[in-house]
Order: sequence, then C-alpha cells, then structure tokens
Amino acid sequence: MTIPPIPSAAYLIVGAMLFIIGAVGVLTRRNGIVVFMSIELMLNSVNLSLITFSHFLNSMDGVLFVFFVMAVAAAEAGVGLAIFVQLYRTQKTIHLDEVHLMRW
Amino acid sequence: MFAQNISIVFQWLVFLGTAFVAILASILMITRKNPIHSALLLILTFLCTAVLFFLLQNPFIAIIQILVYAGAIMMLIVFVIMLLELEEELVSPLKISFSKGVGVLTALLIMLGLFFAVFGGARGAIGEYTPEKVSQLGSAKVVGKLLFTDYLLPFEIVSILLMAAIVGAIVLAKQRPSEKE
Repeated sequence: MTIPPIPSAAYLIVGAMLFIIGAVGVLTRRNGIVVFMSIELMLNSVNLSLITFSHFLNSMDGVLFVFFVMAVAAAEAGVGLAIFVQLYRTQKTIHLDEVHLMRW
Repeated sequence: MFAQNISIVFQWLVFLGTAFVAILASILMITRKNPIHSALLLILTFLCTAVLFFLLQNPFIAIIQILVYAGAIMMLIVFVIMLLELEEELVSPLKISFSKGVGVLTALLIMLGLFFAVFGGARGAIGEYTPEKVSQLGSAKVVGKLLFTDYLLPFEIVSILLMAAIVGAIVLAKQRPSEKE
C-alpha cells in the first residue's frame, strides 16, 4: 500500500484557516498592536497559498509575488508602528475605539 | 518503494505537526490579553509557516520568512510594545458586542468562500520550473535571475516604496522640537 503525497488542498486549507483567524482577530480585538499583528498573519497566510500554487504549478511567479508581499509588509510595519508611537504620544492610548480623530 | 513511503510518511508527520501548531498558536494569539504573549505566539506561527515553506521545497523563501518576518518585523513590534507600556485591555468576557457579532459572521462568510476555492485545487498553465530544476539551479539563483529580468520594474518600485517608508517612519516618529517643553 502506498501513501499519497501531501495534496495542494491540505496546504490551502491551512492557509485559509490562518487567514480566517487573522480576520477574526482584526474584527474582534481593539488593541491597535494586536490588530496590526493579525494583519501580518493574514499577509503570511496569503504567502503560504501563493507558494503552494507556485510549487504545484511548477512556476516561480508565486515566489516573486511573495517576495514583493514581504517588502510591502516590511514597509507597512515601519510606517504603521511609527504611527502608533506618535498616536500614543498625543492620545496616550492605542485603544482603537478611543481614537476617532478622523471619524465623524 | 519502502524508502519512498518512509519519506512521504515523514513529510505527512512534519506537515500535520507544523500545521496544528501554527493554527493553535494563531488562535491563542488573537485571544491573549497581554500583547507581548500575542507577539511571541505570532513568532511561533511564522516559524511553523517557514517549515511549511521548506516542505514546499522553497528554502529561499523559508529563510527570508525567518529573517524578515520572525526577525525584523516581530522585533520592531516587540520593541514598540515595550516602548508604549500598554495597559491591559479591559474586556468583560460575557459581553458580546456588535463588532464581535459582525466579526464572526464575516469570518464564516470568508470561510465558506475560501473552502469553495480550496477544493477547486491548483488549476492553470503548468510552468517550466519543476522542483528538480529549481533545486538543481538553486532557489536563490532562480529568484535573483527573474528579479532582474522579468520583474525589474516591480523590483524598482519596491525599492522606491521602501525608501518612502524609511523617510515616512522617521518623519512620523521624530519628536517635534516644539512639543518638548
């Protein structure tokens, strides 16, 4: 009896579950930093799906896409955390319900 | 035949173990009250994803994942958490607010959509880079070659983006001299 190799659907299910957990984190948590980390988790799960398709379709395009996603995530982390530091300086909180300067 | 089975069984064990740990750690991450605990659990999730990238025969991306995500970005997040001396979130466990209801509903809808997409499987044109060819040439070499030929324009745009991000981060985080006194 031979055991089948790991199908692409298995990796995609893991990616989908991580994405859903990240989405739930963004929508339910009110701490700015935790929301930010949940967004990073969602980006990472998309990377997993891209690498899976790239592996099973014998293509390198997905790998290059992951490369660019990581660059965008690094830029986002730098600017986003600078915004949180500045927000904490002026508002003394990063609780997202109490930050409503730009909300009418 | 037997040796091949052994390697596939080993792959399955590693896959199931890392997938389980990744999902468990990410569920714990969004439920912890202390943001430092969330950050450490997120690092664990990223390391598990790096192992999955190794299983998908992509050592270059796996190492970049560890360096950039688990190293640089998470170090930045942990530093900012330490800088801000956050108070714990005051959330009563019994109160189910409107946003949580909307969150769960949206997550269920996304899950439905994703599972329809997942069981379609990987469809599309088969490319030329088989795993054997990539491992023979070297993963980093193939990526570098493509980065400087087919993907040159996005590569340059990314460099401008990173430059703008550096300038933006410094401008935002700099203490204005008028605010000091």
